[in-house]
Amino acid sequence: MGYFLSYYTYISFGCWVQNMLAAIIMLIFICFCVHFQNTAGQFFSSGHTNNWAVLVCTSRFWFNYRHVANTLSVYRSVKRLGIPDSHIVLMLADDMACNHRNPKPATVFSHRNMELNVYGDDVEVDYRGYEVTVENFLRVLTGRLPPSTPRSKRLLSDDRSNILIYLTGHGGNGFLKFQDSEEISNVELADAFEQMWQKRRYNELLFIIDTCQGASMYERFYSPNIMALASSQVGEDSLSHQPDLAIGVHLMDRYTFYLLEFLEDIHPASKSNMNDLFKVCPKSQCVSTPGHRTDLFLRDPGSVLITDFFGSVRKVEITMEAIHLTDPILQLEDGPMSEEVQEKTYSYVDQLPVSEIIHQKPKQKDWHPPDGFILGLWTLILLVFFKTYGIKHLKHIF
Amino acid sequence: MHSYFWLLIGRWEATEVDEAALGDSAADKLGVRASDTFVLTPTPQPKDDFQEELVIRPLHSGDIYASFQFRTLWETDFMRENKVSHYRLFPKSLGQVISKFSVRELHISFTQGYWRTMQWGQPFLPSPPGAELWVWFQDSVTDVDAAWKELTNVLSGIFCASLNFIDSTNTVQPSASFKPLGIVNETDHRFLRYATLPREIVCTENLTPWKKLLPCGSKAGLAVLLKSEKLFHSSFFSQTVHIRPVCQDRECKTTSWELRQTLNVVFDLHTSGQGKREWSLFKMFSRTLTEACPLASSSKIYIDVTDNPQEEYFELSPATPLLSQAVVLGDRRTFSVYDLTQQVTFGTVRSLNLLIRWKSTEGDMLRPLLHAERYVAGYGLQTGEIHTVMYNNHPFRSFPVLLLDSVPWYLRLYIHTLTVTSKGKDNTPSYIHYQPSKDRMRPHLLEMLVQLPPHSVTEVTVQFERALLKWTEYTPDPNHGFYVGSSVISALVPSSVAMDTNITQEQPLFSSFFPCKEESSYFVRVYTEPLLVNLPTPDFSMPYNVICLTCTVVAVGYGSLYNLLTRSFQIEEPNPRLAKKIANFIRRIRGVPLLS
Repeated sequence: MGYFLSYYTYISFGCWVQNMLAAIIMLIFICFCVHFQNTAGQFFSSGHTNNWAVLVCTSRFWFNYRHVANTLSVYRSVKRLGIPDSHIVLMLADDMACNHRNPKPATVFSHRNMELNVYGDDVEVDYRGYEVTVENFLRVLTGRLPPSTPRSKRLLSDDRSNILIYLTGHGGNGFLKFQDSEEISNVELADAFEQMWQKRRYNELLFIIDTCQGASMYERFYSPNIMALASSQVGEDSLSHQPDLAIGVHLMDRYTFYLLEFLEDIHPASKSNMNDLFKVCPKSQCVSTPGHRTDLFLRDPGSVLITDFFGSVRKVEITMEAIHLTDPILQLEDGPMSEEVQEKTYSYVDQLPVSEIIHQKPKQKDWHPPDGFILGLWTLILLVFFKTYGIKHLKHIF
Repeated sequence: MHSYFWLLIGRWEATEVDEAALGDSAADKLGVRASDTFVLTPTPQPKDDFQEELVIRPLHSGDIYASFQFRTLWETDFMRENKVSHYRLFPKSLGQVISKFSVRELHISFTQGYWRTMQWGQPFLPSPPGAELWVWFQDSVTDVDAAWKELTNVLSGIFCASLNFIDSTNTVQPSASFKPLGIVNETDHRFLRYATLPREIVCTENLTPWKKLLPCGSKAGLAVLLKSEKLFHSSFFSQTVHIRPVCQDRECKTTSWELRQTLNVVFDLHTSGQGKREWSLFKMFSRTLTEACPLASSSKIYIDVTDNPQEEYFELSPATPLLSQAVVLGDRRTFSVYDLTQQVTFGTVRSLNLLIRWKSTEGDMLRPLLHAERYVAGYGLQTGEIHTVMYNNHPFRSFPVLLLDSVPWYLRLYIHTLTVTSKGKDNTPSYIHYQPSKDRMRPHLLEMLVQLPPHSVTEVTVQFERALLKWTEYTPDPNHGFYVGSSVISALVPSSVAMDTNITQEQPLFSSFFPCKEESSYFVRVYTEPLLVNLPTPDFSMPYNVICLTCTVVAVGYGSLYNLLTRSFQIEEPNPRLAKKIANFIRRIRGVPLLS
């Protein structure tokens, strides 16, 4: 259309006017296209279509109650903001709720005076107890699980998934302790994330760690699109928040306590971005210095919404078009009911048929040729026999 | 109301409908041809049925025993070629498990706590502490072990439990125990697998998927009472799932699949606060009942009032005129019945809160005829002895019991030291089946048929030696100890009352679980305690200590020696003073020999 107009103007007006007009029309056309692109772009600006969360508590024993409470508070926030259980892989290394030391069974509290029960009534723990190992954690991340693993234990993410990974427990400079018997190093973790990137298992990844010297765990990351937060720098300890005198242990760690308070104010439509998350728990409250790393992340943290990782926001487009259904669906008939009269009657079996059991023949095992040891033994006996008695005496025996 | 809507099963057919009947504009908007409209015709009566029941039995120690039973019956065939796809009351996850793995019977239980037979009597459905799974596969399965492995993984996903730890080191194949509880043609024990996980913890994450299997979920009916905060604050909690084929009617020409979900809980008098001997539904479950499950054909509560005929021990309110008698566990018991499908049960307040108030604390408990204990004797961390003690409290009848013991491979049993004594004398078992263990591959299996003399104590002892595990095989908390699963004692106990062998008479669910073939005895299964044994545990910091020490010694010793041997010494000139430096510099420029 632009060319046609320019041709028309060439005929009717002078050269420079014609050029000017053509340029203006082209500009308007392009602007229109770009605007259209922008609205469509805004629609898919975050680039992800589904959300996953992997929440891991790595500590065992009753005095590490606070680590389980940490993980369950993040679980609760993430569920509240929309991520369903099928998209959450929750790993708890020990059971605190039904532990015999717990004065209020089936509860895990995060606030003193038992204000908030983060365990709730509808919790689905995918890996529990001895199953929480470094190997299982890395297998979940990379997707290399045995074929018989059920779906709820798998991280079935694709290249349009935003994944939230939360780790808590006891850690040190460059490692995180799993269950008092093994540890995962920051190099292993960085390599696992690189594997995930190469297999296109994530679109963007948010890594949060709440342990002592947590910042050392994200030092070695080298894959794109990872944003990391830690509760303390190298050389600092993350401290716990408050003990409860009735339960007798510390209930939460400081960083996650203030993180939970921050997340309680977020709702699925909130527009808070990552810069607010970086401000959670300043040194005055946390005693340690929380750190973050955004150099590997392509977008500006100010444009990343909290709900991009913690929630599962679906964008919908309403259409007024009518959809044509296919041919009517016929329900499958339930097969011709077996009309033939069943001659045999079924019956229950005797639960303890004493006479049958007593006269039970032992199972006929398959016959195997004699083992090497037995063969050697028989050979030795025969040799000794021939040695003592000589061959010519054999005729008396056979 | 909407629950009644989806009860109608529709058959979709294309029918001709007048164009005038449908508004033209509506037809055009929908873009459907008027000739293709759908008509719902209700099918003949549905082939599945759901019943729920709660039995409350006050115990003599002041505790109270509540047993929930939910049963779904469905006449269908999971084994046919066309996969079953329309599930109504039967949960789809379990139906798919049955058809995919060709399961004939499945019994799984999760238990927290140990059932104290001497104080509480016999339970309606026994279960051992931890998790227990036993499965009968169909005759068509070729590789039972592979199917068993996949089945345990799938069930661990469904119930959020670590059932994937069941492998060949804790699976056994009993040769005489655990006969099928459902309909069967013949029993070949090659298709049976049994495993226990005594260490398994039960918590809300196991209860939640169990509740989701119920047709009404936990929204209506008796399942609203199942709140985890109260259920786990108890002395004993057990949830089970049993799937088996049963007879549909007396002739038993057709079978249907039965899914039973049971939940047994014993509430402790003192931990529930107050200490007053008064129980109510609200005190036990922190809820009251307001309606029955609309999908249930029967919904009843039974309170055991046999010991209270004239209301001299406890008082039950609200009063109910319905009474029923049932023969359960060899005894004729009387029950007060509350029928939740009748609106009158809920009274004017539209909620039912049963109240049981004690007046006096006397009364005699019926002593259980059979119970068993097990313990480890010996000292030190090398050897030990397992003692299993079985008590027969019947005054004049003796009966046979089948003892099943599955001991992990790291306790090396010496079967030549096996002794069975009753009343001080040797008691030879009439049947022994022993399968020795293979290190790291399979456990010991010991099955014995022992005749227990009347009014006697029978003791089975066997010595063992503890093995030293490889250091990677220890759990992260090895000083806690290692568990040995409970022994299972199956017996046909003589009954004082004639048992009912009529399988199809309207019996309450709790009395019709074990099939009864003869009138004079009833089948009972008793589980002993699991054992906790300490294995010799190494000090896990030793590898680190050894590496540090060795490296230090090598570095200090060898390093010094190497330096001494290979270092050469040279004389070094001392640094010249500044004036001398400048003088040497000028001399160098002039080309004159330097000062020393």
